[in-house]
Amino acid sequence: MDDIKRKYVIPGDVITTGPYRAEENVHLFGDKIIATTVGISEIFDSGVRVIPLTGMYIPRIDDFIIGIVKSHTSLSWELNINSCYAGILPAADVFGRDFNPKVDDLTSRLKTGDLIAARVANSDRSRDPLITISDRDLGKIEDGELIKISPSKVPRLIGKRGSMIQTIEGATKAIITIGQNGFVVVSCEEPEGLLKAIEAIKMVEEQAHVPNLTEKIQQMLGSNSE
Amino acid sequence: MGVKKTDIVLLDDKGIRCDGRKIDEPRRIMIKAGVLKNANGSAYIEFGENKILAGVFGPRDVHPKHLANTDRGILRCRYHMQPFSVGERKNPAPSRREIEISKVIKEALEPAVMLEGFPRTVVDVFIEILQADGGSRCAALDAAAVALADAGIPMRDMVSACAAGKVADTIVLDINNEEDQEGQADMPVAYMPNLDKVTLIQLDGVLTPQEYEKCANTAIEGCKLVYEVQKKALQEKFFGDSQE
Repeated sequence: MDDIKRKYVIPGDVITTGPYRAEENVHLFGDKIIATTVGISEIFDSGVRVIPLTGMYIPRIDDFIIGIVKSHTSLSWELNINSCYAGILPAADVFGRDFNPKVDDLTSRLKTGDLIAARVANSDRSRDPLITISDRDLGKIEDGELIKISPSKVPRLIGKRGSMIQTIEGATKAIITIGQNGFVVVSCEEPEGLLKAIEAIKMVEEQAHVPNLTEKIQQMLGSNSE
Repeated sequence: MGVKKTDIVLLDDKGIRCDGRKIDEPRRIMIKAGVLKNANGSAYIEFGENKILAGVFGPRDVHPKHLANTDRGILRCRYHMQPFSVGERKNPAPSRREIEISKVIKEALEPAVMLEGFPRTVVDVFIEILQADGGSRCAALDAAAVALADAGIPMRDMVSACAAGKVADTIVLDINNEEDQEGQADMPVAYMPNLDKVTLIQLDGVLTPQEYEKCANTAIEGCKLVYEVQKKALQEKFFGDSQE
């Protein structure tokens, strides 16, 4: 993994020429591999891809996301999942298999504005993505502060093997739930810790491209607590 | 626009134009990316005396819904001049000219944007001309391309635009308002610099085949200069000073 070549690119930049596999956010033009978005290009083994620094969340199957209930029909809820498509959560997923639209009232379980931790069950772009909450640790989020960050900065907020998020959680005693779609829920019993955690998350978003960010966050959290 | 005929010297004996530029010199160009908080992507451009804001929304739901395409996303574009953008108040209602420019800008951006990954959605590009000074469609296109990249819309290449024209029987780069009014020809060109493809070429005036070729090549050279400025604007916003 050490021989990965990284470079900042903008749309149209030629990353490389040659027998590479074009992966995410690149396109092949003749023998040139060209970036299609602003980001960091990576050349590894035989593939080339660009990690985007901007753009909308594209739902992928099995992504852990946080959704906000927008509205409901008699059979399903519509969720804001920070994407160009609305997430569809079928009522049977919440009520179970004996769900009866004549009897069961959807608003009794989830109301507009409620936050839920969910997973993408299906997403094929021909229909709106299907969301599920039938798994462990999924379901309605009872309390916490919602923060919206750019979905492209989510990996930075988590850090290498979760280092960044562990740093913030450890220093503030907050519990942070990060959705792949850029919605983050922070809950903390002490208001001090909550504010500090929010400040740290916003700092990560603003300075995502800065090297040694984990150390800077550590410093920031350390100096605040003094 | 409403300018009376004057006897200004468009090109003097030393090859200096009415605003003091050489024949192959563009006006001052400044672009800033990400200037609007509420838009998904935005850019501000100053191209000579042109001052233009571009904002991009999307991909998002299409309204009215019958416009949606189930195979791919669609691109919509609005070019609009503010009432105070020209000498005499411009009626803010879309004029024939604005509708035409909206259409050509949309068609110049379409080869670059890759919306096949976003079926049933729309990308809206809003362009506001705050101050106009000739060549505003090219400047608007430059800002729109940066705003699209800022919004993270996948693009095959950037689109850079610049005009060239014929003034006092000479082919010159990037004609301004006076040269547009008094000159002999005006040719706006939009170009994808890395793919080496032209996405817009218009011509107002009469040129011989030789002049036509020279004019197009001059404009493409101008586009390449604009591209460097666009690139710098995006690098400044996303990468700051650090270079890996």
